[in-house]
Amino acid sequence: MDVEILARIQFAFTIAFHYIYPPLSIGLGLLLVVFEGLYLKTGNKMYEQITRFWIKIFALIFGIGVATGIIMEFEFGTNWATYSKYVGDIFGSALAAEGIFAFALESGFLGILIFGWNRVSSKVHFFSTVMVFLGSMFSAIWIVVANSWQQTPAGYHIVGSGMEARAEITDFWAMVFNPSSVDRLIHVWIAAFLAGIFLVLSVNAWYILKGKHLEIAKPSFKIALVAATVFSLLQLFAGHRSADVVYKHQPAKLAALEGHYDSMAVADMFLLGYVDNKNQKVTGIKIPGGLSFLTQFDFKKPVKGLNAFKPDERPSQVNTIFQFYHIMIGIGMFMIALTLYASWLAFKNKLFEKRWLMWVFVWAVLGPQIANQTGWFAAEMGRQPWVVYGLLKTSDALSKTVTANQVVFSLILFTVVYMLLLVLFLYLLNKKIQHGPVDYGTKEDIDEGSKRDNPILDHSNGQNAAPAH
Amino acid sequence: METFLGLDYNVWWYLVFGAVISGYAILDGFDLGAGALHLLLNKELSRRIALNAIGPVWDGNEVWLVIGGGALFAGFPVAYAAIFSAFYVPFMIFLVGLIFRGVAIEFRSKEPGLLWRKTWDIVYCVASIIISLSLGLMLGNVALGISLNEQKEFNGDWLSFFNFFSIMVAITTLALFMMHGAIYLVMKTENRLYTKLYILARQFIIFFVLSFVITTLYTLLYVPHLGDFFREHPTSFIIPVLMVLAIANIPRQLKIGKYRYAFISSSVTISLLLIMVALEVFPYLLYSRTNPDNSITIQNAAASAKTMKILLIIALIGTPLVATYTSFVFWTFKGKVKLDETSY
Repeated sequence: MDVEILARIQFAFTIAFHYIYPPLSIGLGLLLVVFEGLYLKTGNKMYEQITRFWIKIFALIFGIGVATGIIMEFEFGTNWATYSKYVGDIFGSALAAEGIFAFALESGFLGILIFGWNRVSSKVHFFSTVMVFLGSMFSAIWIVVANSWQQTPAGYHIVGSGMEARAEITDFWAMVFNPSSVDRLIHVWIAAFLAGIFLVLSVNAWYILKGKHLEIAKPSFKIALVAATVFSLLQLFAGHRSADVVYKHQPAKLAALEGHYDSMAVADMFLLGYVDNKNQKVTGIKIPGGLSFLTQFDFKKPVKGLNAFKPDERPSQVNTIFQFYHIMIGIGMFMIALTLYASWLAFKNKLFEKRWLMWVFVWAVLGPQIANQTGWFAAEMGRQPWVVYGLLKTSDALSKTVTANQVVFSLILFTVVYMLLLVLFLYLLNKKIQHGPVDYGTKEDIDEGSKRDNPILDHSNGQNAAPAH
Repeated sequence: METFLGLDYNVWWYLVFGAVISGYAILDGFDLGAGALHLLLNKELSRRIALNAIGPVWDGNEVWLVIGGGALFAGFPVAYAAIFSAFYVPFMIFLVGLIFRGVAIEFRSKEPGLLWRKTWDIVYCVASIIISLSLGLMLGNVALGISLNEQKEFNGDWLSFFNFFSIMVAITTLALFMMHGAIYLVMKTENRLYTKLYILARQFIIFFVLSFVITTLYTLLYVPHLGDFFREHPTSFIIPVLMVLAIANIPRQLKIGKYRYAFISSSVTISLLLIMVALEVFPYLLYSRTNPDNSITIQNAAASAKTMKILLIIALIGTPLVATYTSFVFWTFKGKVKLDETSY
């Protein structure tokens, strides 16, 4: 295999694996703020238990997110040196801003979040929780800005030509608020919220099914269900706006999403289907003129198709892009139906009687994860063959000094290490879930920490401001 | 060329980048040093205390590497592209080392089993050593210069990175971090563990001084161009003198029980070492040994003046923020380590 394919596989693999974790951190962060806020407001110990339980899981997720995230920052330089030189002026500043404004905030306060219960007052602890959550939200801003600039470049000009060409900033704010930034950011934020919220729903649904920790699981489930319903519905609009940006700025991608070939014709929208790229034909269940309607509110208006672009300036993996996009939408619709139905049952006070529904929620945790992955794959593959849309081709973006053998070496290394990480992550996550939240009120079962070890060292001098209990 | 207070933007950003790298070496340096000596602590309780000494801060310390990477990418994209693609293999090993160091700290405490904990202790220690050595190896090669073509990309054999000079820099870096980490742990521990670490700290000082002397002698004899700056600017000789004083101050402060001053001295040593390297290498970011015309400098690698200005504004806003909450976190966890139910 050539270096380009290998480098793309490596980037796709490392970013896809990394992207399991940050959305969970963002979504859990949101609920941590809610749970701890409720604890602070009501003083109810139950909320403290919930918060402390989820902070432990948050720490595990965050740890792997950081470990796999650092790889990403340097992979542009290691494998995509030409790209790095081309976009350094712009992409680099977004990454630098991410480091200093977001990541530093998040990682700094994380220490207090995890280890600070007995060292700071409950208000300062809550403040740290909010800061960690904000840090993760800010991270998303800069990363989505950087990626959106690749999709819809703005606020730049090209200096030099050939191998020396590069994009330089002319207007920083136009670069930050490029045409797709805001809509894509909201789409990504909501998707991340849903990832975390569905994890909380899943774990609590499982407790309810097993009859464990019911006094905690039921209220947690209800709070998370409210959030899940709201954000599932909001995602419908955010997703639509994102698609609208694609229609306006990346017509070749939009055409690939629906497998629309005719260079200028009324475009259908498929619910399910299969794209035969060779014969340029899509078979499946469709709404005739659906895409025309969604983009222009008119079933009769034509939409630019793939054939309007030169073959080397449009994506070639049309069926894959089509499938990923439709899987994402399918899952989105499923989540809306599921949360609305569950909310209606909750309103009727019958929610926890339906065991099958609880089982659905146990497994629904995979929904946002799959939608996140397929959505990003559709977005990134739909941009091909460009790495910066309309400006730089992916095949021109490589590091020329790196050989195929070197990429094979690192790819094998990452595959082995990441598989190991995934197994350990699932094992430890499962263990923490099995262990469940503990009552911090009584000394006996203060934590697995005290059971697993020699007696806790007690140095009472210098213990400042213990929390409320 | 746009300037600010008499220095042009590129030099300013070089200083910012240098400060971030220096901050990373000082902060993550003690984490890595603590990791590298981890297996020398025998008891389970000692290892737990040592881990919890860095527990709440190591993640924040590692952020400095992320900021450094972003600073290089944004300010000197040509250097960012050249350095990381040239050091592909050592850098990948470094990154995998970082992954394992992080998850080892995180995973170790999650199971009570002896085998589980021993395994992660070894992973943690070996990863910390590999990270320190590969950082040193890359620093040595940056100081020495590598082979660059006209596109300012590496065109040599990566096995050439394992030259005697760079290997010595790698060992010196490891020794420096181990000394620094031991001093940090002395500051954070009590009783018998403290005594043990005190002895270790003194041994690592000797280890560091020895490897530093060998590296310096080798440099003077075989890499004379790395002494040009100091020969041409005799007044700059104050820097190595200050560094020697800083090193000499470490055992003195340890002896009289002023651990914080010992730690500050070893932090100053790290900064001065990096300043010496920077002065030698300046204005090159990556020197081309095969053809000096292909070298990457802070001028030909720089982002546009506009971006530099934006970056400096970002740094001006960001630095006080980061400094404030970093100090707040360190202040919250100040003093000797006390284990509680939230500890590792």
